[in-house]
Amino acid sequence: MNQPPCKKAADTPHFYWTLFKSTFLISAFTVGGGFVIIPLLRAKYVDEYGWIDDKETLNLVSIAQSMPGIVAVNASIILGYRMAGIRGSLTALSATILPPLITLSAIACFYDAFAHNEYVRYALKGMQCGATALIINVAIDLLKKQCKKKLILPILIILGTFIANLFFDVNIMLLVVIDGIIGLLLMREAKYN
Amino acid sequence: MICLLLFLEFAKVGLFCVGGGYASMPLIQASVVESYHWISLSEFVDIFTISQMTPGPIGINAATFAGMKIAGIPGAVSATLGFATPSFIICILVARLYFKYGDIGVIRGILNGLRPAVIALICAAGMSFITLALWNEETLPEHPADFDPIGVLMLLATLIAVRCKAGVIKVLAGAGAGGLLLGLLRTQF
Repeated sequence: MNQPPCKKAADTPHFYWTLFKSTFLISAFTVGGGFVIIPLLRAKYVDEYGWIDDKETLNLVSIAQSMPGIVAVNASIILGYRMAGIRGSLTALSATILPPLITLSAIACFYDAFAHNEYVRYALKGMQCGATALIINVAIDLLKKQCKKKLILPILIILGTFIANLFFDVNIMLLVVIDGIIGLLLMREAKYN
Repeated sequence: MICLLLFLEFAKVGLFCVGGGYASMPLIQASVVESYHWISLSEFVDIFTISQMTPGPIGINAATFAGMKIAGIPGAVSATLGFATPSFIICILVARLYFKYGDIGVIRGILNGLRPAVIALICAAGMSFITLALWNEETLPEHPADFDPIGVLMLLATLIAVRCKAGVIKVLAGAGAGGLLLGLLRTQF
């Protein structure tokens, strides 16, 4: 594990093109974000091309999940870096963000043209309710999981952060910094993991 | 100038969002809806809805869409690059540390504190989504009795569907069809 990015994968012919192409296709056609994309990337890099081994991929993905930003983007940055240094990292990163950039730019144009149409507004109103239901569902699941652990401090953080943000308009980034410091000082024990 | 501002704003979002796609939504909302009023809450919820149905990570989708709405293609590119830049720098640094030293313990404490924070922020974003769905308002309404019956009906129906583990695409497609149907019925009677 204690070695610099290996150069082996990068020596295979057409490595950067293959890396770009396979990552681009996965990013372009996978609906559902990081937790769906990562297993697909793993299947390509580990099983199909053998550029990186399975255990190391798992370790790197767990780092990717805990870094700020988007999990799928972080995973492509770290895996790309492991396989071929900064160049590999930039290749995987651009292949991950280009497809949504293109798709969503196109959709945004359509949105502007259609959003004021009466019927589209009705449908969007219904979908807004659906999106609200999805976010409530995620919130309920996360809260349930946290409550099951029966730890006081995380519950206090949830309540404090929620109230400070919703009722006192405290800046979100300030809250994130404060909670990070609380974690650093008080929550380094394994039970909080 | 607006592109530089977009880049910096989304870099801030990228730096402070920990915990995957849903965690980025409250941060993007705070920035583009509440601080700068670049887009309305209603448009923001539409972005969220569309991101759920299109391929790609939801955070990148939202950044692209918001950037596109605010400043066209240059805006979309600036917002997306801004979002990815902090990740790129931090991931490379941490990956180097990891290759050198193995597991990194200090970061774990910070993350343990941030995880509950993310839950709280998602709940807070959920509250504003609920306000919009039920009252078509951005903030808690002055007359809570003036709710939108279509919103109440659709929210209850979709919530039941979601709790019964219906897939995201099915729920959103159904919600779109339901909204269209109820909207048409309302104009008829």
